[in-house]
Amino acid sequence: MNLDFSPQELAFRNEVRAFLAEQLTPEFAFAGRNCAGIYCELPIARDWFRVLAAKGWSVPHWPIEYGGTGWTPAQHLIFKQEMARADAPPLSPNSTHMVAPVIIAFGTDEQKAHYLPRIRSGEDWWAQGYSEPNSGSDLASLTLKAERDGDCYVLNGSKIWTTHAHFSNRMFCLVRTDRSGKPQQGISFLLFDLDLPGIEVSPIISISGDHELNQVFFNNVRVPVAGLIGQENDGWTVAKYLLRHERSSMWSPLLRARLERIKAQSAGCDPALQLRIARADMRLSALEVSELRMLFEEMDETRSSLMSSISKVSGTELRQEITELGVSLAGRDAIRMPDRPEQTGRGVAVATYLNDRAASIYAGANEVQRDIIAKIMLR
Amino acid sequence: MDFTFTEEQQMLRASLRRFLADRYPFDQRLAASRSANGLPSGVWAALANELGLLSVGLPEDHGGLGGGAVDHMIIMEELGRVVALEPYLETIVIGAELLSRCGGTTAQGVLAGVVSGEILLASAFAEAGTELDLSHIATRAERKGEGWRLSGRKTLVTGAPWASQLLIAARTSGASGDASGISLFLVDPALPGITLDCCATIDGRRAADIAFDDVHLAAEALLGEEGKALPLLDEVTDRAIAALCAEAVGAMGHLLEATVAYTSDRKQFGRDLASFQVVRHRMADMLIEIELATSAVYMSTVRLDGPAQVRKLAASAAKAVVCAAARFVGQSAVQLHGAMGMTDELDIGHYFKRLMVISAAFGDADAHCARYLSLSVDKG
Repeated sequence: MNLDFSPQELAFRNEVRAFLAEQLTPEFAFAGRNCAGIYCELPIARDWFRVLAAKGWSVPHWPIEYGGTGWTPAQHLIFKQEMARADAPPLSPNSTHMVAPVIIAFGTDEQKAHYLPRIRSGEDWWAQGYSEPNSGSDLASLTLKAERDGDCYVLNGSKIWTTHAHFSNRMFCLVRTDRSGKPQQGISFLLFDLDLPGIEVSPIISISGDHELNQVFFNNVRVPVAGLIGQENDGWTVAKYLLRHERSSMWSPLLRARLERIKAQSAGCDPALQLRIARADMRLSALEVSELRMLFEEMDETRSSLMSSISKVSGTELRQEITELGVSLAGRDAIRMPDRPEQTGRGVAVATYLNDRAASIYAGANEVQRDIIAKIMLR
Repeated sequence: MDFTFTEEQQMLRASLRRFLADRYPFDQRLAASRSANGLPSGVWAALANELGLLSVGLPEDHGGLGGGAVDHMIIMEELGRVVALEPYLETIVIGAELLSRCGGTTAQGVLAGVVSGEILLASAFAEAGTELDLSHIATRAERKGEGWRLSGRKTLVTGAPWASQLLIAARTSGASGDASGISLFLVDPALPGITLDCCATIDGRRAADIAFDDVHLAAEALLGEEGKALPLLDEVTDRAIAALCAEAVGAMGHLLEATVAYTSDRKQFGRDLASFQVVRHRMADMLIEIELATSAVYMSTVRLDGPAQVRKLAASAAKAVVCAAARFVGQSAVQLHGAMGMTDELDIGHYFKRLMVISAAFGDADAHCARYLSLSVDKG
């Protein structure tokens, strides 16, 4: 048992640090540090993504033949840690970590050739069309209607909580192509452009005052069948595959960066608050090891599924606890309405706290994760 | 990065688990804890001779197998699963470690007896309120002729009633708070001037308040260099913390398994208790806490051989995380067993009380939170 990086890994870390020192400008770091939402907004997120793309590091986890780097798990970990430590703008996983693995696994050669290079370069920016007004945690109940008409599907209905749809030019979407069987049957996985006639993106302002979320309305939208991924009515298989990829996310690198910033600001503050910060720090150090175990321990699919649900709950709840510390540190100043758009310091702490209430709701509400954990444990 | 266990370590875990499953049924453990001596007969000798367990973590030049902290972690976790009474922590993790690190002919002789299972040890460094700051202990030893005179008090020395030798920390020079001037002595509890006031502890074990009134010690009683014991005692304290945290993880694992089994079997309102979501979610939270505690144990175990600062931070983080988990998992196990969890008959309460003892040992969660904070500030 050993928790240290090897000399080769430390050399790689130096390479990443050198790259960041050179390419991560103060403007990028400012945007990363002051990103109160879950991901950085465009255009700065895309600018940063293109810097990564120029280095060949925009899609490191992809298979090498599609532009991945072939890094070891330790290298991926180091890359994430160093990006977070340097305040690199947090990037949406929609394109690179969600739709791309699906296209690689289920797409035709034409689909791969069409979509993957545009994702890798940052030309395309994808939105996720999953949740609907009446289908949240119970995703399989979704009803967005897609009726076949010649070489098109005609879409009617709506998607909701669509993060950054207003920055995106494409959407991957779960649609209802058949209603006769069980809810999981009759779902299809569809790719299309967001500028098609009949699509309307309508903003949803969150409690922080930010515009991250949208509702997307579909009114007789004609989507070419060429955008179908996998088989018609077999979209649930695709969605489950994507979920496994979504689960590989790590929480601790960003939390470490945020907590270190809070620690640096906490000198001389109320001793009771300092003890709360120390407690969060200790739990985070244990969570860091838990995430290392997910990367490096051998585990079967059941254990892996169990650990990812455990990690989602621990990671998001600690994330929320850390944002609470930021608010406590701001003190009574927290009630002042943050200045926009160039909010900094305390305003960011409050907006981050408000936005991060979503962490225990998105990507499978923590109640659903606890159901999964109990189900596996009681098997 | 490596989270694998060696083949030897996997075999160690498997053979110890098998042994304890066969030879350590809970009712016998309970009966032993209520007997005059307080230990099941024959178990310690079997651990020594049948399993060769007591030499696993010792260096090879002391007759050991050259294992280390990870081996202790595995053994403690398995002992925790059966809420064993045996003083492996006191005799091996603490006692044998101190003896082998100090060296010398006295230590060698005692170690031989430890490995063969004939000698049990108990150690007393801390006194009330000095668990994490041993420079403030008040027990003193003064040179007298060739030997020493020892005076002072140590309270709740766990395992002392079983021990044939005691390891006692005392100040031999300087003032309270000085980093130098703390020495370690090997003391026969039968010496004149030593009074043991023995008591049972809530986990079914034995402890003693020990008074030393002008006790004459021979020159050879000094272990290691005079006045220079503090760094070693600090380090061994962290080793004890990591080992106890591993034991807690084993005990919590049993509590969760027992709770899952009980709620799957017990029916109310015509349904298994485990079919109620509120019960399921509580058990999910128990597992979440145990996984985090397991990671904390790995972290503190691996850092034991690192620099003091890193080692202390990891030990404090582990103790605080494990104490929080132990409290939640213990309380939840009692709660989900309903009134049955309140009975002395069931094993649940005995695990619960052992976790309470572990949480109070070598600094509680609050003390470690404070130590972690002061160490982090020093670092920054």
